[in-house]
Amino acid sequence: MPYICSNLLEILLESKIISDFVGQFTDAKLLMNFHGEVNEERIGSILGEVEQKLENTEEDFKKQRKVYNILVEGLQNLYHHTDAMSNGNDTESRTAAFVLGRKESEYSILTANFIETENIAPLRAKLDKINSLDKDGLREYYKEVLDNGQYSVHGGGGLGMIDIARKSGNKLEYNFSDVNDHFGLYILKIKV
Amino acid sequence: MDPIKIEGTPKTPTVNFDAESGILEVKGRSIPENAIEFYKPLVDWIGNYGDSAKSNTVVNIQLEYFNTSSSKCILDVFKKLESVNGKTNITINWHYEEDDEDMLEAGEDYQAIINIPFKMIEMEEM
Repeated sequence: MPYICSNLLEILLESKIISDFVGQFTDAKLLMNFHGEVNEERIGSILGEVEQKLENTEEDFKKQRKVYNILVEGLQNLYHHTDAMSNGNDTESRTAAFVLGRKESEYSILTANFIETENIAPLRAKLDKINSLDKDGLREYYKEVLDNGQYSVHGGGGLGMIDIARKSGNKLEYNFSDVNDHFGLYILKIKV
Repeated sequence: MDPIKIEGTPKTPTVNFDAESGILEVKGRSIPENAIEFYKPLVDWIGNYGDSAKSNTVVNIQLEYFNTSSSKCILDVFKKLESVNGKTNITINWHYEEDDEDMLEAGEDYQAIINIPFKMIEMEEM
């Protein structure tokens, strides 16, 4: 397992993109602001908490479900695509950030995680391809990947980002920045 | 052959596969982190079912939502059904909630890939 550095949390907390994103919402409209280590259990409890909040704040049931579905995909993606790395204590750690805010009827989601530098170019290419497609194009691309017979360890095989883009109906906004020679920070923003 | 009866959980659907009646049902939510583990026994069961199937088989899919980890596994279920279609006449009933276009489209996407008749059934509430 590659060693990255011990201050991953600080990197997230110091990110201007993340703090600007959080800053645009009043406290009441900031439904979730998480920075820390992620594991399956943590993802499950965040999703449970958010589902509860959505039920309490969103009257439109369809919208509520759409936002929740995108969050499930976004958070599971976040977890699976955060490359595990040593934090210097010989333990595996996956550090990530997740923010959900609301402005009138529009929800904004931010996810941030660390990925190995060599994974950046293919991910960027995929995001650019997704953003170049319209609704019908995304649907065709989804079907193509669905039926390509390739599986990732967890079964999704590259459908996650396409599904998020399809459901959100908006372009994906992303940013990559270098942490060191081996790792970068990947930030994704989704509007629903 | 033995039926499959699985109780639903917040992350996995209720499953009832009954060779006696020829009715195969999947209902609820499917958002496990690792869907392969959950769906593999279902795919294997369908493979065995082909040899002793009823003349007609009805497949009821009534999913509120599934994650992309489940997407390919659900396609595998349909492909396995496709491979035994002929030994038994299969109909797939794809249920979706009123106005839930995402789930209707998801059903249509499978319909476009799988060579088994699909019925799209809109429900007021799931």
